[in-house]
Amino acid sequence: MIDPKNTLPDPILLIKKMAAELSKEIDSNTCLIGIPKGGHLIINELKGMLSSSTLDYGLIDTSFYRDDLEISGLKIKEMTTDVMFNIHDKKVILIDDVFYTGRTSRAAINELFDFGRPREILLYVLIDRQSAQLPIKPNYSAFQVSPKKNNYINLEENNKSLTFRTKIINE
Amino acid sequence: MSKIQYSNDGNIKHLLTIEGLQEELIYKIFDLAESFLNVGNREIKNVPLLRGKTICNLFFENSTRTRTTFEIAAKRLSADVINLDIDSSSQSKGESIFDTVDNLISMGADIFVVRHPEPGMPELLAKHVGGNAHIINAGDGNHAHPTQGLLDTFTIKKYKNRFDNLSVAIIGDIKHSRVARSEIHALTTLGVPDIRLIGPTDLMPTDMSKINLKIFESMDDGLKNVDVIMMLRIQKERMIGAIIPEEGEYSEKYGLRKKHLLLAKKDAIVMHPGPMNRGIEIDSDVADGQQSVILSQVTFGIAIRMAVMSMLIGKKI
Repeated sequence: MIDPKNTLPDPILLIKKMAAELSKEIDSNTCLIGIPKGGHLIINELKGMLSSSTLDYGLIDTSFYRDDLEISGLKIKEMTTDVMFNIHDKKVILIDDVFYTGRTSRAAINELFDFGRPREILLYVLIDRQSAQLPIKPNYSAFQVSPKKNNYINLEENNKSLTFRTKIINE
Repeated sequence: MSKIQYSNDGNIKHLLTIEGLQEELIYKIFDLAESFLNVGNREIKNVPLLRGKTICNLFFENSTRTRTTFEIAAKRLSADVINLDIDSSSQSKGESIFDTVDNLISMGADIFVVRHPEPGMPELLAKHVGGNAHIINAGDGNHAHPTQGLLDTFTIKKYKNRFDNLSVAIIGDIKHSRVARSEIHALTTLGVPDIRLIGPTDLMPTDMSKINLKIFESMDDGLKNVDVIMMLRIQKERMIGAIIPEEGEYSEKYGLRKKHLLLAKKDAIVMHPGPMNRGIEIDSDVADGQQSVILSQVTFGIAIRMAVMSMLIGKKI
């Protein structure tokens, strides 16, 4: 069911916070790669907020690198991986809306290595649900929620404005 | 027949025929194949989706293209592939196909890709293996060749975008062609309003009366304003029983030549499932011409087979 007590901050405010942090991190060797769909929506906003004109932007859809094919099946997404530049020796900043178990981040990192050997990979997210199941943590999160507060959060675009959708899942 | 393709929870478990496959599922296969096409363009073309899975190619008939594309598809998904050499296997010592399959399941096989001269053999195998493995029909007698039907319609989608305004002509020995049968079922499910079959009357199907098909004996009549020309291989083995007229006569009447393309729409595409008999059912200048998409079919075939294998193993989509 949809959580009626959705008290999460406005996503745009969080993206602005993220942009401020990214500005300190970005150099001439940096590229931003979003994890669809949330990461794609965030990157669309960041493009207008970040001043760097030489920054490369890409997308990484982790569907073929996930570890839960036989549990959850394949989720066919509208967007597929699109990394049209060389990531070798680059500082790659992965962008996602929500960090939960760390499994999507693990899959994204695996996939990145099929495109080259980055010098460094960082993970920036809007919300950290603090429920990692792997030794992976975001380098930056604009907002943190307690592990049990919401069962499901994702960033969505409705009528050209971004909102967090929260859902309570009865397991 | 199609019910056995699905598990109780509605997921596709085996791919035996296109007949009865839902349109929605075909489009899901297309969407997935599209994603895999992008993977094929990368420097590293493998993804780890089926790592640890074992795929067995059981081909009881000769095949180069189909077996190779299944093998490449499986390897791109990081699966282990076993090509059973039937001539030197226990089959040649008299072991039944069911025993062979049981043994391979005990060795950890997950998917069997089966080509067999007997129509219905993949279905029998699907019933036999139950939930212990998945069966993909890679051609059974003159019954079905579902991945070919899927890759052919995927090719049409790539070049024509939609199906609901198309005229498609299939030319050759339709009656004995599992490829044609699968293509007809796929085109019908996808809503192609005008499906034309061109060939000698004796080689027209007699078991598809429920499907709205237009039959033509002459290329000149059947090819007028078509969007897609699908050639079939002339099956020389059929000539032995004089089912097909003498090769030269057949070629004269049903071989695709450049002059025929003038009858079709200007942007019509030419397809052929291979292997081609150049100079017989298709002239070289057509096979290699600008309207030919024959080699694209081969490339798309890998993506379609990757999609099918992933969907069978995945719990749901």
